[in-house]
Amino acid sequence: MRVALFITCVNDTLFPGTGKAVVSLLRRLGCDVDFPAAQTCCGQMHVNTGYREEGVRLARHFTEVFAGYDAVVAPSGSCAAMVREQYPKLAKPGSRGAAAIAEVTPKVYELSEFLIDVLKVQDVGAYFPHRVTYHPTCHSLRGLHLGDRPTRLLRNVRGLELVPLPGAEECCGFGGTFAVKNPAVSAAMGADKTRSIMDTGAEVLCAADNSCLMHIGGTLSRQQTGVRTMHLAEILASTEEAQ
Amino acid sequence: MSATFIGMPGNFPQNSKKAVQNSQLRFNLRKATHTIRGKRASVVGELPDWQELRAAGKAIKDHTLHHLDRYLLQLEEAVTRAGGTVHWARDAAEANRIVTDLVKATGETEVVKVKSMATQEIELNQALAAHGITAYETDLAELIVQLGDDFPSHILVPAIHRNRSEIREIFLDKMPHVTPDLTDDPPALAEAARLHLRERFLRSKVAISGANFMVAETGTLVVLESEGNGRMCLTLPETLISVVGIEKLLPSWRDLEVFLQLLPRSSTGERMNPYTSMWTGATEGQDFHLVLLDNGRTDVLADEVGRQALRCIRCSACLNVCPVYERAGGHAYGSVYPGPIGAILTPQLRGMSSELDASLPFASSLCGACYEACPVAIDIPEVLVDLRAKAPHAAAERAGMKVAGWILNDHQRLAKAQRAATRVRKLVPKRLPGPLSAWTDTRDIPEIPEESFRDWWERNERA
Ligand code: SF4
Repeated sequence: MRVALFITCVNDTLFPGTGKAVVSLLRRLGCDVDFPAAQTCCGQMHVNTGYREEGVRLARHFTEVFAGYDAVVAPSGSCAAMVREQYPKLAKPGSRGAAAIAEVTPKVYELSEFLIDVLKVQDVGAYFPHRVTYHPTCHSLRGLHLGDRPTRLLRNVRGLELVPLPGAEECCGFGGTFAVKNPAVSAAMGADKTRSIMDTGAEVLCAADNSCLMHIGGTLSRQQTGVRTMHLAEILASTEEAQ
Repeated sequence: MSATFIGMPGNFPQNSKKAVQNSQLRFNLRKATHTIRGKRASVVGELPDWQELRAAGKAIKDHTLHHLDRYLLQLEEAVTRAGGTVHWARDAAEANRIVTDLVKATGETEVVKVKSMATQEIELNQALAAHGITAYETDLAELIVQLGDDFPSHILVPAIHRNRSEIREIFLDKMPHVTPDLTDDPPALAEAARLHLRERFLRSKVAISGANFMVAETGTLVVLESEGNGRMCLTLPETLISVVGIEKLLPSWRDLEVFLQLLPRSSTGERMNPYTSMWTGATEGQDFHLVLLDNGRTDVLADEVGRQALRCIRCSACLNVCPVYERAGGHAYGSVYPGPIGAILTPQLRGMSSELDASLPFASSLCGACYEACPVAIDIPEVLVDLRAKAPHAAAERAGMKVAGWILNDHQRLAKAQRAATRVRKLVPKRLPGPLSAWTDTRDIPEIPEESFRDWWERNERA
């Protein structure tokens, strides 16, 4: 299967390790992986902060870059939700843009969706002997309805002990520019989230979105908790040989 | 006389910053919202057809809003036929004038009130006070707010920010018959309030209410409540004046079936609410006036995305699940409508010319919990995003977003920017300046990697 990676601008710039993990994971599972070089950003930050015009331009760019692939895989619940849920609302019904969006968006998958729904694998042959807790980010949970797909994958990782996160469904307080526009509330939400994470006794906090992990991880690190954050792809990509 | 939100200074980030630092408030709010959230979730979970009910509620409201003119005229006719008098009020000032004149005509200087959001929205109590008329709130939480000269902070439980001992203090201070042996047990507090109110009910000749629903077909008004105080107000006085937003309409009596299931489960987490009062026009021995309030609603109706806010049945489920409301508290929103629904309704009703109102559409992390909880499926995040596009933006932010948009519009520009960031990666300070300091005040920033993904790919795959 010819798969295009939509690595997302945040991962591309700040978390290249996640992108590399997706590449090695998908190749291990037999996919022919391509990274269309012209890709940039889905436009979520612009649209959600009230800059619709710029957002629409980025959406148009996205549909041009990813037209013609069998599947587009993104290691970000939030960006996948942006494309699938919000793009259709950006174009005038019946317009050319709307047709392009209707053509591309159904083929866009978040990583765990792609593994379970398209490749039909639950055990990706990973090995990660650590105590891990999982935070289902809001857009994965309520935008994409990922359900237990990520935790099903984690449960099949050898050596991994998955511990439940209290209040898992509560927002961590990142919310894109919300973290900067409403810093007090965002920090308070982040502090409550890190407290729940500490209560689990986990070594690693895992999620399907590096933006949320950047916010929670930044808080965990400032508080010197010693808990690491890791993207789902990185755990799924790790094998016994790699350890 | 309880305070009003008129001309609240500040903006949401400033207001909520204070609230976040108040640990008593954070504790009270967390406890209250989590309790009611849990109750709601369990009674909603009991109904296998909840999603169908929710869709039905949405559809009925949308249909009504689409034909609002027709149904309002039908309602007017039905109420008039049943002996009531209908008044139309374009805005708060007009509604307040109508009600004040009606009360004056009775010669009374005191009125009792059934809890009503519409009368709070128009600041009726203050308008009446300006004409020497005292309005007494009879809902327990509303009474606490009024006696404490405080602002309401929740749609359903206006005194949610107060705990038992604070309420006891207010009662000791403001209720003439209360003695210092009053405990802070809920039954004792309720009993004190009951004695305080009973006298008012028996004395009052005029009552003012709102309504949860109005039925166009029959001209019936419906009030749902938990304490029974509303029922006392509705039945005892000689004159009843109801002030109701024009969006509270339902076409037919049968439609109530859907909403009498949706509302109590969503709001108090009960299968059925304890007191449902319905009345049609004037009953024997009582004059009835209905004031139909617009106050910005037809403008909201004209907005394609924003109009869904008019489906709201004021259940407050969205407040109780909102992580931002839970930390910021209701006062930060500077309006009688706090929480997620307030963040979209207030700027639509009042416009975004004040700093506070312009900050409300940003008072959300867009986590989507409100949409999921809303019994009439109002897509609050969608409306928030739409309002953000209409809200004023600071010049510096506009410039920054433009630059970011320009860089992101072309992968070569993006790659250049990434390489520039990589070159200075060792120089990035731990504390960032300007608006980004908000990030580094409580969080560490991630390290900029040596190489972007795109450059890594280029080096390994295309070589
Ligand atoms: S927006 Fe929905 S959840 Fe919120 S108060 Fe209104 S009806 Fe209830």
